[in-house]
This record gives sequence, C-alpha cells and structure tokens, in this order.
Amino acid sequence: MRLKYWSVWVLALWMLAAILASFVDLQPNQIHLDFILARPSFAHLFGFDDLGRDIFPRLLAGAKVSLFVVALVTTMTATFGIMLGMVSGFYGGWVDRTLMQITDVFLAFPGILLAIAFAAVLGAGLSNLILALCITSWVGYARLTRAQVLSLRQRQHVMAAKSLGASTLRIMVKHMLPLLAAPLLVEATYSMAGLVIAESSLSFLGLGIQAPDASWGAMLRDGVRYMLIAPHYVLAVGLSLMSLVLAVNVLGDRLRDYLDVRG
Amino acid sequence: MIKRFIGIVPVLFGVVLLTFLLVHSVPGDPVEVMLGESASSADRMQLRADLGLDQPIYVQFGVYLNKLAHGDLGVSIHSKKPIVDLLAERLPATAKLALLALSFAILIGLPLGVVAALKVNQWPDKLANFISLSISAMPHFWMGPMLMMVFALWLGLLPVSGMDRSVAIILPALTLGFGLAAILTRMTRASMLEVLHEDFVRTARAKGLAERSVVLRHVLRAALLPIVTVLGLQLGSLLAGTVITETIFSWDGIGRLLVESIEKRDYPVTQACVLVVALVYVMVNLATDIIYIKIDPRVRFAS
Repeated sequence: MRLKYWSVWVLALWMLAAILASFVDLQPNQIHLDFILARPSFAHLFGFDDLGRDIFPRLLAGAKVSLFVVALVTTMTATFGIMLGMVSGFYGGWVDRTLMQITDVFLAFPGILLAIAFAAVLGAGLSNLILALCITSWVGYARLTRAQVLSLRQRQHVMAAKSLGASTLRIMVKHMLPLLAAPLLVEATYSMAGLVIAESSLSFLGLGIQAPDASWGAMLRDGVRYMLIAPHYVLAVGLSLMSLVLAVNVLGDRLRDYLDVRG
Repeated sequence: MIKRFIGIVPVLFGVVLLTFLLVHSVPGDPVEVMLGESASSADRMQLRADLGLDQPIYVQFGVYLNKLAHGDLGVSIHSKKPIVDLLAERLPATAKLALLALSFAILIGLPLGVVAALKVNQWPDKLANFISLSISAMPHFWMGPMLMMVFALWLGLLPVSGMDRSVAIILPALTLGFGLAAILTRMTRASMLEVLHEDFVRTARAKGLAERSVVLRHVLRAALLPIVTVLGLQLGSLLAGTVITETIFSWDGIGRLLVESIEKRDYPVTQACVLVVALVYVMVNLATDIIYIKIDPRVRFAS
C-alpha cells in the first residue's frame, strides 16, 4: 500500500462503513443513561454523546446518510446536467442562449445559499434535502458538457459521423459522451466533496435529517454545544467529515492529473 | 462594457423570479405553514391578502416586481417591521465581516502562494499545498468551532461569540477567511508558475534586476490578473459562508437573519435575504469584470 493512494483507502473505508450501517443494525439510537458524554474507551472508541448514545455507530449511520445523499444527487444532477449541456452545445442558437441564461441565474446564487433556502421552504427531511441539493447542483455539469460539446462539434470524427447520416442521438451518445467522460468524472469528484459539505451544512442548520436519526451535520451542532466539557464529541465528527472531504478532493486532484484534464 | 451591463438584466430578472417562486414552493398552504395551526381564520385571511396569495400567480409576480422597484420588500410576519429596515440594520455587520475575511484571505493566501511558486516542489511548496488542502476540507461549521475552542476557550485570547467587543470579529472573519485563503494560495501558485516562464521575466533577470524586484514588480503583477477574476467568483462561497459562520458566532448579520427567519418560518424575510445576497454577488462579479477590463490593457484595447 503506497501512501499515494491513501485517499482511495479512506474513501473505501467510509463506503464500507456506510454499507455496514445499511445492512447491520448497529443500534445508533440506543441510549445508555450511565454514559452521557463519556470519554472514548477501548470498548467505545469515540465515546458517547449528550444523550448517552455511542458515537461510533452514529458516525457510521451518518456516513450512510451522507454517501447515500451524495450518490443519489450526483446521479440525478449529472444525468440532467449532461443532457441539458449536450442539447445546448449541440443545437446552439436560441436554445443554447436560453439554457445558458437559466444556468446564469442559478450561478447568481452563491454557494449553498439557494439549497439552504429551498430546503427551508420545502421543510425538513431527507427527501426534501435531496430535492434542494438537486435543484442547485446540476449547473456545473451542464456548463462543462456544453463547453466540451462546442469544441467536439468541430472534431473530424463527429463531422464524419454526421455526413454518414448518423442520428443526433447516436452522435451524442457514441461519439461525444466517451470523450466527455474524463472531464466529467473529475467534475463529479469535486462536486461530490462539495455535496458532502452541503449535506452536513443543511443538517447543521437543522434542515436535513431529523432527530433521532444520525447525520454528521446535526451531530456537529450538538457536539459544538458540549465542546467545553466533552471535546471528543465534536472532534470525532469533525475529523470524520474532514477525512472524507479531504479524501474525495485529493482523489479529484489525482484523477485530474492522471486523466490529464486541465482544471 | 455596456454589453456587460445589459447582459446582467436577464440574470437579475431570473434571480427575482426564482426567489419569488421560493415562497410558492412551500408544500401545502404557505399561510398555514407560516402561522401554524392555532392561528385564527381572520389572521389567515389577513396574511393571505397581505401576501397577495388570493391573486393569480402572474398578478402576484407583477405586484412583487412593482414593490421591489419601489424598494419595498414586504413586511416581516414575525416582527411586523418592514423587511428593508431589518436588512439595513444587519447589512453593515455582514459587510464588515466579509471585508475583514477577504483581507485575511489576501494577507494569508497571496504570500503563501508566492512562496509556494518560488520554491516549487520543495518543502515550502509541499507544506503550503498540505495546509491549503486541509483547510479546503474544513467546512465553516467545523473551522469555526475549532478556532473558538483554541483561541477563546483554551487560550482565552478572544471572545467566544457575540458583538460586544470589537475584537469579537476576528474569529468569525478568520473562519471565513481561511477557506478563501486556501483557494487563493493554490490560484496564486498556479498563476505565478505560468508567468515565471515568460520571456519578459527572463529579460528582467537578464537586466540584472534584483530577484525581489523581478518577483514583485514583474511576475506578481502579471500573475494578479487571473487571480482578481477568480477572487470575485470565490467571494460567493464567502457570502454563503456568512450564513453558518454568523450563526455559530452569534454575529447579527444577514446570514443570521436568514437562519432566524427559517426557524420562525418567516419566509418573506428568508426570501428577501436570499435575494439581497444574490444581488450583491451579481454586483460583485460585475465589478470584478470591470476592474479586470480596467487593469488589463490587452482586454481594454481589444474591446
């Protein structure tokens, strides 16, 4: 195992944790009143939270939520964004202008502001959280795909396919999509790191998963409250979150260098 | 430049439309959600009429646009005060925080990026890369409490939160600034590396200029151009970050107003906060573009 690939190992570990939490009931909501805010021990590696719940299984449950949201939102937004970007870049003209105007509007809302607003009005809960993140995170894929398609349109193999009478759909799927894969993969990786943060930001504000179910953002908020008397709580959650985001970001850098995609 | 001004009109219209639709995406009856089940039917009728919800949606949007053009953002359901007044109260605090955070980011990120570029692939570069990567992985709601823990609780140097003392701004500003500093470090490094290989840098060295002068007056000056543009875009994450940072540090700005309005289901206020932040962001980006045109002679003469 080379140090170079630590990001892959960290990511794999969290995915394993999420899978474990999905198939085995680790009782993350089990309350032990004698152990309220108890420090970490060998039996309970990360200690207990303010309600006397073991932090370790809750971290795994939080990882499950986080990775589930990220996977679902990425699949949906990438599909939608890529389709939109392809249509925009391929047809050009007023179609392109209108669609890009719409993406400009979404880009005018900085960061996760729009997601916060939508999650707030839609109401708390997992499905609304996913919906809010979907509404706001397809734009990057659309812009990237459109930019790539604009230049791919001029490539000889695309023109050859066109003159041989290939349908638009065939050109898009068979002749353009494979060449888009590398930059889109890099974009998706960075976007996933952003989604991990976005999901926990919304939960931190009380907009995501509701109690008693575990989510990293909500755990962090509770942890901050007991920061002075039980720093292990906030540290356990914060470092977990940081390790996941760091791993995904580094993986993105590695992929970008390996696939030779210009940032 | 005039084209750029006209270009933002549809964007502004879209932003207004989207924030308008925000309140309409409340599932079920917005009035019910905002007032709760215990409200009297007279109160409900009143709010429905106040919000114009008894009108068709396009009429509502027309009314909303008209009011907006007259600087009227409606009235807070909770405090009954005009929202414009609420925003005016809170805006200076956020502006102060954002500006100080930006200054911190520049003071930290720029020198770090310059050093990293000059010592590329040596230990200072690797250290700067490690620091900026680690900071990039720290969301504001993790960075904030950490700074609070170290500087306020353990060392007792700075106040934990609030706005009573003037030094209280330092921790929230650092929380916001560090993230931007990390991005700025990477950008400065990349931009410097590109310029370092230019012919005019070799000429400057060949003239026998001191290395310090070559770096500061020739390389950095040319490298700053792309940095300015990206900095404008990155200010967005800083603005969005004020929502969580202000909440953590009890800093009474727009961000905290937004969170409070969400908690009280005071959606007209939520809507106004989102709109104002988006408008500020659009203006900042417009200003960045104009600055870019002003400081880059190539762009200036080409257009």
